[in-house]
Amino acid sequence: MGDLKKTSTLVMEPGEGQGFATTRFESLLAWAQKYSLFMYPFVTACCGMEFMSVSSPRYDFSRFGSEAPRFSPRQSDLLWVVGTIVQRQAPILRRIYEQMAEPKWVLAFGTCASCGGFYDNYACVAGVDKIIPADVYVPGCPPRPEAVLDGLMLLQDKIQRGDKTPGIVKPRLDPVADPNLGLVQLRRSRPSSPVL
Amino acid sequence: MAKALIDLVKKNFADAVLEAHSLCGDDTLVVDARHWKAIHRFLRDSPLASMDMLTDLTAVDFPDREPRFEVVSHLYSLSKGHRLRLKARVGDEDGEVVELDTLTELWASANWMERECFDMFGVRFLGHPDLRRILLYPEFEGYPLRKDYPADRIQPLIPYRDVPNTEKIAPFGPDEGMSFGRKTHRSGVAASTAKNGEAD
Repeated sequence: MGDLKKTSTLVMEPGEGQGFATTRFESLLAWAQKYSLFMYPFVTACCGMEFMSVSSPRYDFSRFGSEAPRFSPRQSDLLWVVGTIVQRQAPILRRIYEQMAEPKWVLAFGTCASCGGFYDNYACVAGVDKIIPADVYVPGCPPRPEAVLDGLMLLQDKIQRGDKTPGIVKPRLDPVADPNLGLVQLRRSRPSSPVL
Repeated sequence: MAKALIDLVKKNFADAVLEAHSLCGDDTLVVDARHWKAIHRFLRDSPLASMDMLTDLTAVDFPDREPRFEVVSHLYSLSKGHRLRLKARVGDEDGEVVELDTLTELWASANWMERECFDMFGVRFLGHPDLRRILLYPEFEGYPLRKDYPADRIQPLIPYRDVPNTEKIAPFGPDEGMSFGRKTHRSGVAASTAKNGEAD
């Protein structure tokens, strides 16, 4: 709800229980769209385990409104391409993408879906963007759930801004490398214990 | 135990065994391709061997050798607990005629493994009931695990999108993604000279 207070939006709150907000129609529509991303999980490979992890309560991407999985492309807004796409599967994936109703977005989950990863061979499509346009790329093999949540929030941000260019999730800071957290020191100071 | 198995085959198929070795418990017999099926049938039916399971069947391509291919089968006996590996050398230099008898009549599991072997190496199994591609699509030309299949040859079923900057890793900047892609490797240019799209 906090996003309603952005540039094009003005909230007037004169008193208790009354008031109004002004905004542009596109902004309101984008705000509605970004919090109701019905997803179509196209899960083909090992990234699916990480996808389940993100969708399960510990990480829980339904907090971001992308809760409802729709196993019909006609009812879904966001196509999650999770895992390696082989040449044999490419026509199926494109057909599913074409069946989705506008507006639609594609999230390339993991290195294989983003660029093929090390599957640079006769069988695989080197990145899902060879056959369908991808909006957000989440690198990682598989990506951490935090990276996936970053990707989802990046997509929401792009929807809000009306930005069509593809985006990539940047790596967060490695907590071990952060001296303020002192994790390395903690590890070093731990007495060496015999392996049980 | 292991040696006994090799000796058993040697005794019954004296002229068909080309090589035999037993290393670290791995018993291997290189047999004449003409006796491929007979030896397998013997190993399955003989009470001393009783190899009731065909665990694996695949092939290896040796482009410099004549015959060029080596079809490998792994047998296991559930009752006796011993294993045996058999190899047969087949195929001419061009890989045009690569033929071997099928084992589908002996083990039903040979069906799909021989189809995969045909799919990847082009070994034709004579007498196979349904020798089609199993993993790749029917439109695929050639046999990808042969050493002479070009490493960068892909055969897409649908044309790729005609959009600039989808060459490889569209939105990845010069310092991101992997630099060892095949396109880099061949042309000798850095991965991202022309390909760094709009990094977000």
